[in-house]
This record gives sequence, structure tokens and C-alpha cells, in this order.
Amino acid sequence: MSDIALRTIGLGKMYRIGGERESYRTLRDTLVQAAKRPLERIRHPGAATHYSEELWALRHIDLEVKHGEVLGIIGRNGAGKSTLLKVLSRITEPTEGRVEIAGRVASLLEVGTGFHAELTGRENIQLNGAILGMTRAEIKSRFDEIVEFSEIARFLDTPVKRYSSGMYVRLAFAVAAHLDPEILIVDEVLAVGDGEFQKKCLGKMGDFARGGRTVVFVSHNMGAVNRLCTTALLLESGTVRARGDVHDITTLYLHGGGLSPSEREWPDLDSAPGDAVARLKSVRVLQDGCPAGTIDIRRSVVLEMHYVCLREGSSLMPAFSFFNDQGLLVFVSADFTHARHGAEHSRGVYACRCEIPGNLLAEGTLLVTAEVSTSYPAYQIHFLEYEAVSFHVADSNEPGSVRDGWGRSLGGVMRPRLSWEREFMGRAQ
Amino acid sequence: MERMATVKVANPSIESEFAVYERKRGWAALDLRELWKYRELLYFLTWRDILVRYKQAVLGVSWAILQPFLTMVVFTVVFNKALGIKSPSASVPYPVFSFAGLLPWQFFAGALSRSGVSLVGNANLLTKVYFPRLVIPISAVLAGLVDLAISFLVLIGLMAAYGIAPTWKALLLPLFIVLAFATALAVSLWLSALNVLYRDVQYVIPFLVQLWMFVSPVIYPIDKIPAGPLHTAIALNPMTGVIGGFRWALLGQQFPGGYMWLSSAVVVVLFIGGLFYFKRMERVFADVV
Repeated sequence: MSDIALRTIGLGKMYRIGGERESYRTLRDTLVQAAKRPLERIRHPGAATHYSEELWALRHIDLEVKHGEVLGIIGRNGAGKSTLLKVLSRITEPTEGRVEIAGRVASLLEVGTGFHAELTGRENIQLNGAILGMTRAEIKSRFDEIVEFSEIARFLDTPVKRYSSGMYVRLAFAVAAHLDPEILIVDEVLAVGDGEFQKKCLGKMGDFARGGRTVVFVSHNMGAVNRLCTTALLLESGTVRARGDVHDITTLYLHGGGLSPSEREWPDLDSAPGDAVARLKSVRVLQDGCPAGTIDIRRSVVLEMHYVCLREGSSLMPAFSFFNDQGLLVFVSADFTHARHGAEHSRGVYACRCEIPGNLLAEGTLLVTAEVSTSYPAYQIHFLEYEAVSFHVADSNEPGSVRDGWGRSLGGVMRPRLSWEREFMGRAQ
Repeated sequence: MERMATVKVANPSIESEFAVYERKRGWAALDLRELWKYRELLYFLTWRDILVRYKQAVLGVSWAILQPFLTMVVFTVVFNKALGIKSPSASVPYPVFSFAGLLPWQFFAGALSRSGVSLVGNANLLTKVYFPRLVIPISAVLAGLVDLAISFLVLIGLMAAYGIAPTWKALLLPLFIVLAFATALAVSLWLSALNVLYRDVQYVIPFLVQLWMFVSPVIYPIDKIPAGPLHTAIALNPMTGVIGGFRWALLGQQFPGGYMWLSSAVVVVLFIGGLFYFKRMERVFADVV
């Protein structure tokens, strides 16, 4: 095991259906059930006594990660990525199999875990450092570096509840960036924050990887996975579909049917993405009013989202982000107009539609992230569903498109049809 | 310009740790050595609880003084003046008698109400970071020691006002503080773990605390209770020994001999049972909370 940093043997995690989040009961239910059970046995002898269905979120995972390897874990929503990270970080116990880890581990499943709004920046650095596993001496010796990295020196003694969301994330990441483990386990922390921050974050992880440390990184962002990782693992319904060179695996994922459909519905409100304020109901890709997986590049396409507002008076802002098959964010569009202060929703189901004009997108696959957040008084995300749907933009090379008969390749992430003018300025001398 | 912190290259052969995670069956080992490794996290979480409490309360520290003091005043007016319950020794007036009992009682009651919801309240930590889960209820109980220290100062003031001098017995007070801590933690282990699995526990706790006070000799001296089921309940109550011990050490009242040993035995049983129950349940906390 000398060159192996992390190994799993026959790893499996089973949940009882009813969901990871809803399995706590009330004492009353348990008492009532306990009282019923002997009666049921008398009435139906031999019947199974457990009612819940088993769901294997992970099964038969055999994995070896060498020291210095940077492994990306990819897969669709629900493939078991998060569960695998939780088992590797020891947050939840495997149902079967085992994990062996050689080295000091730090796992970063979220930035700012344990941050307390009432405490100042200084206090939160100490608290968060301790939660992430730093000793008091380590926190003390890295304190100045952390403050400098976060660029919030002026607000060090202000409660973080008065911070902007950007400052908050910068401070939280600064603490995490000063961890010094041998093995780092990272979830999609890069998803939060602005572009600048994401760049900084990726840069820091790149440094870490080049420093010879082992990294296990889960992401939806194929671009980031390709840039950072050397190898990758594709999970599908809780098992390993493929493992190998990062480019092979990401290509397999993007072209091998790993994509989301163009129409998704979450029939059960309680398990749909969302929180107590808003929940996602459905997302569809429409062209000419009909659901379409492949759309004609020349005509406009409509993204439609149904969501439920659960709290009276919320000021909700739906948004879509569009990623291409390289994992590049092509653009984001949000309904700012209807989310201004004063535009409160009443409880109920809402449908919102966003129209993308024809002759704007490039050919290829687009993955759509659906989001609903509150923008006022504080920015808060209610759900952020990666790859909620995807669709394919086809340029059939018929008249009326940008290509307009041009048969050779045409690069770029967008393909807007722009107007061209030409006038004859006179014969050359 | 981007500033990058220096990245130190760790040599895996030095200081390497090796760990295996797998499902633990049955009654898991306590693994107290691991808990000791996480003592700094325990320190920081306790510090956070204390900091947040005194920052959020408008009255701050004065709340820790007012609450037991006003309770003592009410007890004196209602139970002493109106109903005629007296302190067992003539040298100790009722206000001092009841305050010395309120000291450990309020520590215990506060610990129960804080720790009962502590795991659920820290759900974001449980689902995002690994650490021995015992740290959470322990820090919730530890945070109450600050209030205890503040009310202790009030008691010293009261004793001075009534001219009661402490004796050598006061030197043994730390022993009873440890016993009070162990009692509070023993019950907290049960309640915090139960509340993760059964959310209605948090509604039961205030009621439980209220009832528990009536079978604890806070308001009345225990020798006023005639033999019977109530007396048995009081004798089995682990807080009886703690409260008696506080009054013995601080006020020089009679040592609650038999009650002390019985209470301590109950605490040991509750504590060990609580530890094992907590350890058995902790593996599902992150999935259920």
C-alpha cells in the first residue's frame, strides 16, 4: 500500500427509501408501529416485517488512488458522487466494504462550514480552521496569510452577517486554502462565487495538485475536471462505469449517453430540488411550442421552468445557465425584471419562459442549469439543479442560418448571425 | 494580481496516518483516544457557543445574574414567606439555601435544553465534516459552566450579605461541579441522540425539565418529604446528590450521605448507558439529521 493514498474495497452504501433527509420519525410513530407489529404478525404470519425499500446509492466500488494522483469524479445527478465523497470523508458510514486511507485527509464539501453569522471575521477564521481540522498553533501561524489571501483585512472585526456574499465566500475559501493535508477531498465548491473567485479557487487547487498531493475532486464542470485532473472516474447509478485517463472519461461522459434529457419533471414536491421557499417542478426545452431534444439553429428556442413558491411574499428570481460540452459557461440569463424589490410572489405554481433567439447559439450540446434564488434582501439560492436538461443545437446547413451553405468547420462558443455590410470603394490603383 | 499562499510539500512517508473506515457492528467501541485528538475542536465549539450566547442576548452577562437571582426572589416570596418552607438550619436563611440549590439546578436545566437540540442545530456540521460527534453535546454542556461561574459570584455576594463564612468544605466544591457536569452530560447524551432520531424529543425537554425540578430538592429541604413514592423518586434522582453536595460544601449543611452514593451510582449507569447509546446511534446521524 506504499504508493496508494486511498483505496476502497467493495464499498457500498444503502439507504432506505423515504429519502436520506426524511428518515427521522416521531417518537409517536415508532411507538404506534411497535404496538402494531405483534398484531400484524398474528394476522399475517410469515409476512415480511420491514416495509421500507432498499436503495443502493453506491455498490461494489473498488478504487485505488495513488499518492500524487488528481482524480476527478463525474457522473449525472444521482449517480452517487456525493455519497461517495461523504463515505470517503467519513461523514457517513459505508453499509458494506471498506475505505483505507494513508495520510492526513481534509475534506472540503462546502466553503464556510460552521461559519456563524454573529461572529466576526477573525472569530470565524479560528472556528472554521478548527472545524476543518487545523490545530490552534496552525491557525495562529497561518492567520496573517489567511487574512491577506481573503482581502478582507479591514472588516476583520465585523460580524460576517454584514459581509457581502463575495466577501463571505472569499474569507471562507481563504481558510480552506490554507489547509495542509496530504489528501484533499473536494466537492463542487467551485460552483459558488463569481468567475474571478472560481479562477482563484481552481488556481489554488492546481498548485496543490502540482505540489504532489493527492486530490479527489467531484465536479459537473468538465472544463475544470479536464484542466485539473489526470485521471477520472465515471459513476453511473452507484457503480463505476469507467475509470482512466481524464480526457477519455470526460469524452465518454459527454458523448456516451450521460446527458440529461430535454424534459424533466419532479413529480414529488417533497423530494424535488429546493427548500422551504421554492421548489423545482419541471424544466423543458421547447421549439415551436413543442418539446424538442434537437433544435434547429435558425429558430428561437424556449426554456421553460415550472417552480413552486412555498412562502408568501418571497421575491424569487429564476435563472438558467448554459454550459457547452467542454464545460464552459456560455452565458447566464436571469429574470431580474420580475425579481426587483416589491415584486413579491404569492404561494403557488409559476411557469417562467426564457426565449433564446434563433441564429445565436453554436452547434453542439448545451447543458442547462436551472436555478431559483432570492435576490432581496440577501442573495440566497433555493435550488441550483446542474444539468437539469440538455439539448442539441443542429445546423442542417440549409439557407437562413449563419452557415448559409458554408460546409467547413466553424469554431466558437456562440454563432450569432450578424449583419455584414460591404460597399465598393473604387478600383485599386 | 493573484496572491497565492505558499504550498508546503508534505512527504507522505513522514507523519503518515493510516485509517480504515468500515461499518461498525453492534455496540461500537468508545474510542476516547480519538475524542482527545479533537479536544481543540471541542474548545472552539464551546467558545463559539459562549460567544454567540453573550453576543445575541441584549442583557448579555447580566442575564446570567438576573435569572437565578429573580428565581430565588420568587421562591423566597412564594415558598418561604407564603407557604412557610424553611431552610433546615437556622444559620442559613432561605434565600441563600434556595440559591445554593439553584446554582447546580440551572446549570443542569440549561445543559439539557441546549444539548437536546445541539446535534440537530449543528446539522450543517454533521453532514459536511467528520469529527467525533460526542464533541457537540459535550461542548453544549461545557458552555453552561460560564453561567455557573457567574451565578457563583452572586452566591458569594449573598453569603457575604447574610454574613455566612465558607469553611474548608468549600475546597471540595470542584468535586461536586464535576458530578453536576457528569449528570448533565449523562442525560444530554441520551436526549441529543434521541432528538436526531425522534424530533418530538425537543418538545418534551422543557416539560421534562419542569417536572424534574419538582423531584429535586431545590425549593425544599429533602428531610421535609415523608417516606413514600415521592421520597423514592427524589432519592433516585441524580440531582439530589449534586444539590445536597453543593449545600454541604458551600453552606456547611448536613452531608447527604446515602443520597450522594445512590445519586452517583445512578449517574454512572446513565452516563455509561448514554455513551454507548450515543456511539451506537452516531453512525446514522449524518443520514438522518
